Amino acid sequence: MSFISYLINGVSLGSVYAIIALGYTMVYGIAKMLNFAHGDVIMVGGFVVFTIVSSLGLPPVLGIVAAVAICTVLGMIIERVAYKPLRNAASPLAVLITAIGVSYLLQNIALLLFGANTKSFTSIVSIPPLKLAEGKLMISGETIVTIISGIIIMVCLTLFVNRTKAGQAMLAVSEDKGAAQLMGINVNGTIALTFAIGSALAAVAGMLLCSSYPSLTPYTGAMPGIKAFVAAVFGGIGSIPGAMIGGILLGIIEILGKAYISSQMADAIVFAVLIIVLLVKPAGILGKNIQEKV
Amino acid sequence: MKKYHKIISSVMASAMAVALFAGCGNAADNGNAQADDNAAPAENAADSSNAGAENAETGGETAATENNAGGVIKIGGVGPTTGSAAVYGLAVQNAAQLAVDEINANGGINGVQIEFKFEDDECDPEKSVNAYNTLKDWGMQMLVGSVTSGCSVAVAEKTAEDNMFQLTPSGSSVDCVKYDNAFRVCFSDPNQGMASAKYIGENAIASTVAIIYDSSDIYSSGIYEKFAAEAANQPFEIVSAEAFTADSKTDFSVQLQKAKDAGAELVFLPIYYTEASLILSQASTLGYAPIFFGCDGLDGILNVENFDTSLAEGVMLLTPFAADAEDELTKNFVAAYKEKFGDTPNQFAADAYDAVYAIKAAGEKAGITPDMDMSAICDAMKAAMPQITLDGLTGTGMTWDVSGEPNKEPKAVKITNGVYTAM
Repeated sequence: MSFISYLINGVSLGSVYAIIALGYTMVYGIAKMLNFAHGDVIMVGGFVVFTIVSSLGLPPVLGIVAAVAICTVLGMIIERVAYKPLRNAASPLAVLITAIGVSYLLQNIALLLFGANTKSFTSIVSIPPLKLAEGKLMISGETIVTIISGIIIMVCLTLFVNRTKAGQAMLAVSEDKGAAQLMGINVNGTIALTFAIGSALAAVAGMLLCSSYPSLTPYTGAMPGIKAFVAAVFGGIGSIPGAMIGGILLGIIEILGKAYISSQMADAIVFAVLIIVLLVKPAGILGKNIQEKV
Repeated sequence: MKKYHKIISSVMASAMAVALFAGCGNAADNGNAQADDNAAPAENAADSSNAGAENAETGGETAATENNAGGVIKIGGVGPTTGSAAVYGLAVQNAAQLAVDEINANGGINGVQIEFKFEDDECDPEKSVNAYNTLKDWGMQMLVGSVTSGCSVAVAEKTAEDNMFQLTPSGSSVDCVKYDNAFRVCFSDPNQGMASAKYIGENAIASTVAIIYDSSDIYSSGIYEKFAAEAANQPFEIVSAEAFTADSKTDFSVQLQKAKDAGAELVFLPIYYTEASLILSQASTLGYAPIFFGCDGLDGILNVENFDTSLAEGVMLLTPFAADAEDELTKNFVAAYKEKFGDTPNQFAADAYDAVYAIKAAGEKAGITPDMDMSAICDAMKAAMPQITLDGLTGTGMTWDVSGEPNKEPKAVKITNGVYTAM
């Protein structure tokens, strides 16, 4: 019975990683850059909801809408100000470093506005926990919502990329930026849209993360951000279903490793599995091996 | 069009940069504001320092009779005023400043005014050493700090090298006071672990105990080890001991599930309150309601913004200070602290307040004067510390060993109706 309980917790944790990883993977797939500030956009989403729902006492729906809106705009501003001017810089490292810079900037602005004190997040989910097997097995409402949202988001994103014009433009840009531009695709617009969607997902991930693990500090997004990055690489960076699978697997491995091997070694186990997977399949579980043609 | 874009982006980039620096500016302003409180006595002291210089040379005894004679004694403080442990650093900064202001208003140490300056270390050992060096350049003669264990250990290496007197209010790991120039106000981690095990055993609070600790943290693992060792002598059994690390401290479902499956009546949490607040809420989701027992790191859990304090109902913790205690000293301190900083002081504040008064007591015993250099002051203070007895906020009749450890009674409190009540 406790195994099932661990498994459910693993899927729940993994679904949060997965939603964050979806944002990472989209931005990487299209803009070919690692947006290290992604984790901190999650934190911003958390703080927006916290301010609106807990501090101002407004209904959660308003908080959700505001968080998604603010994070979307924030993502586009970050892209426009910090990344776009460097897109054609001589070294791809430049934009990586600005991403780290933006990450610290967001953390420190949050520190300034909200202080370092831990804030307890009021869950936006009001579904009662599901009791199975005479109360021995409890599945919290947050877990259910997280898993369902993860699946819905993945399906919507896949449909969006494959069925809409904007989605096709994204695919084209990810394959070849130069050629896409020659075909009349607005590359800058497409990348901005990618950041907008990625950041909106970050806002959703932030709410779900903080609802499941109700503590909010300016550093809340940092570690889940890194874990989600691992999940994205694990599943095959650039691949939408890959991010989902990578995230959920990572969560399950983490929880089961903690439960049956050693609670101290949980992270070591996660990363050891990552190394093994990458040795066997360098492009990740669902990654495509694209050969560079000279 | 291109040019226009460039202008916009550079304007926005500079706006972001300004926002960043605005943060620094504010922090610096706060620092100045606090320094200003002291500026007046410091200037007085400086003005009269020429006149008093000769007096000072004749010795501390003479100086003691004349107010503001012979410069100021410079005490530095180091601790995290930003970052994840900022609650502790700010409490120490505020309370130490409060104690310094009180002492200055009552004539200072041996009649000499104290100047106090606090530097932020963001709870990072490297930055802590930098902060220490900054204070040394400023002319610090004694150090109150650092606030957290890791930083205190790092700074202790430097103070031992320089022979600077160091009194940490709250650095509780063993190594914080391994050199003879370093003392502390709080209990050491092992002492807390041992005291907790004894408390649980002697009061027969539970017969089966689970532990959840942070194996990546020196404070938490230090308490855990001593607790586990002492548990062997106590009438309770440890049924599960699970760890977490700094990198995975959001999900505690596994640790709680194991404690629940093992049938633990009490869960011992030798950890900080941020993680503890998560553990309490996850335990409630899991439908698991054991007794939770923690150490001083749990102090602050009721101040977590928006935290549902009903979750903390019945939590017990070993802490030297309860803000609702009825004695005169605590009442005055809490009232003064509230008035000045608008917040209820926690035990870190109490430790810092006691630290400054311990320095005053030892300084008076040793007859220190502002013209002594830090090494001479340190030698005098080292000899004086084991001789003083202090009735402070964190214990009455506190004394110190040559090893730097304080001797005082451990106290435990229980959270009832959202406040600490003495047990």
